[in-house]
Amino acid sequence: MIFERIMGTETEYGVVCPSKPSAHETVLSTLVVDSYEDAAAEAGWDYESETPLEDARGYSMGAAEAHPSQLTHQGHVLTSEDVARELYEESPDMLSPAFWDRAVMNRVLPNGARLYVDHAHPEYSAPETTDPWAATAWDLAGDRIAAAAAASVTDRYGSSWPEPINLYKNNTDNKSVSYGAHENYLVPRSQDFQSLARDFIPYLATRQVIAGAGRAGIGADGVRPGFQISQRADFFEREIGLETTIRRPIVNTRDEPHADSDKYRRLHVITGDSNLAHTSVLLKLASAAAVLTLIEHGCAPDLRLARPVEAMRIVSHDPDLRATLELQDGRRMTAVQMQRSYAEAAQDLADREGWDSESSRKTFGIWFEVLEGLEKDPLSLADRLDWVAKYSLIRQYEARGIGVDHPKIQALDLQYSDLRPEKSLYTKLESLGRIRRLIEPERIDAAVSTPPENTRAYLRGKLIGRWPQEVVSAGWEVLSVKDPSTDRTHRWLMDEPTNCTSEQVQHVLESSNNAHQALSRIGLRRIP
Amino acid sequence: MAQFRESSQDRQQNQAREEDQELIGAQQPVDQGLVNDTDDILDEIDSVLEENAEDYVRGFVQKGGQ
Repeated sequence: MIFERIMGTETEYGVVCPSKPSAHETVLSTLVVDSYEDAAAEAGWDYESETPLEDARGYSMGAAEAHPSQLTHQGHVLTSEDVARELYEESPDMLSPAFWDRAVMNRVLPNGARLYVDHAHPEYSAPETTDPWAATAWDLAGDRIAAAAAASVTDRYGSSWPEPINLYKNNTDNKSVSYGAHENYLVPRSQDFQSLARDFIPYLATRQVIAGAGRAGIGADGVRPGFQISQRADFFEREIGLETTIRRPIVNTRDEPHADSDKYRRLHVITGDSNLAHTSVLLKLASAAAVLTLIEHGCAPDLRLARPVEAMRIVSHDPDLRATLELQDGRRMTAVQMQRSYAEAAQDLADREGWDSESSRKTFGIWFEVLEGLEKDPLSLADRLDWVAKYSLIRQYEARGIGVDHPKIQALDLQYSDLRPEKSLYTKLESLGRIRRLIEPERIDAAVSTPPENTRAYLRGKLIGRWPQEVVSAGWEVLSVKDPSTDRTHRWLMDEPTNCTSEQVQHVLESSNNAHQALSRIGLRRIP
Repeated sequence: MAQFRESSQDRQQNQAREEDQELIGAQQPVDQGLVNDTDDILDEIDSVLEENAEDYVRGFVQKGGQ
């Protein structure tokens, strides 16, 4: 099928404590993660399968050459003791040692997701899903989880931390710093990576016309006033590479499949913006999945750009969508024309292969409708796309004499993504019927507390939900569970993301007395 | 493909008609009939925008991320 594959999103949230501006972001992020109620506090994260220095191009970076922020597999980067030691030196009065004794910086949630402290931000990694609609629901569920966690901080800490902490689903502070919204797509190992990267780069460089979140600011450092389509575009410097925090590449080569590495790769997409508008989230995921399917079938349009990194900025800085980009073969195309080529090729392939479902018809319908809007009158999409919703408001303020350099416009940009419902401009627009919903609030609420049914996230989420005290640690493809009869911990491998679905394991979970018994009966492989 | 696009346009037109209906329906009981659309939405936005925009924006400083 054209849009179906294993996928999932990661959101790093901006975090501030307005009444304690000097507070360290890691402290704030820890307070947020630690305050989320609906989670097993005891289960740690399993870092052993993380290989952030493995490069998909077939080699490995030495740890000595790596930037410290790349060493995500070394769990000690994130233990509370280390953070505490560093922070005491910096600001000894911030929190008592007792806090760090029990602070939880890593949580595995009953919906199969992970909520944790990633460097200086709270991060939600959604559970594995099999199609863009489900991935959208679990992405949006993450925002509710993060908002609920932040809202619980003052209750949980009372007098020791009475100051509210606020989160933002955006990607830059407009003062030189950017943080990501990543997507993950499972691709077959047999797919040649260099050709995948070659064919995917022009898509990623121009996708922002659909999935940009809009930004009132131009430039990475030394930000100047202006509006652009993407939050992230100005922060990319190279076409391809291993890093995600420095010298950011359009295609990230991190080879860490979190699954059977003989069969799969996990394509880690780092160029995207954090989206709130359902149409933006859905089309970001759906179009990416479709282009990967095109690439795997050898029928992606050849739209290799002459200068992709530059093109990404040109597109972002051109909200009127008129700029043409130079292709390697000498043609010039607009970003919208290129995105339409992918959509048409995807429709042709789906027709040819006879791939048809109600869901894919609906997805194609929305995709073509948005492309048509972008071609005829971009502002007509103010009720569907994040960047247009922002741009339309900014244009209206301009007509009132309030220019893009006015602090009010900067505030509008930031407050659009504020996760507090009473402050969020996105929520305001949605409640006024100014932004179309594709996914009903009830479905998002359900995704907050329940895992997807058709991936291994089902087993992870259900196990955590049912036996929170018995799960010692969890990772994407491992579960460590205590055997209550021997008190020994066993580690189980789930290296096939499409396994351990509700159909396969629900009856076992329901008829087992403990987590160890359930996993023994499911027939997973035990690993050291 | 051609057939698909026609049907997508039909749907759009239907949707547009439905939205017109909704707008007409929404306008009747409210006393904002004379307020134009732009003023309307900007007033709504102004009602939630942080009063001290400058401080709000200045206070939002982040450390690096991925």
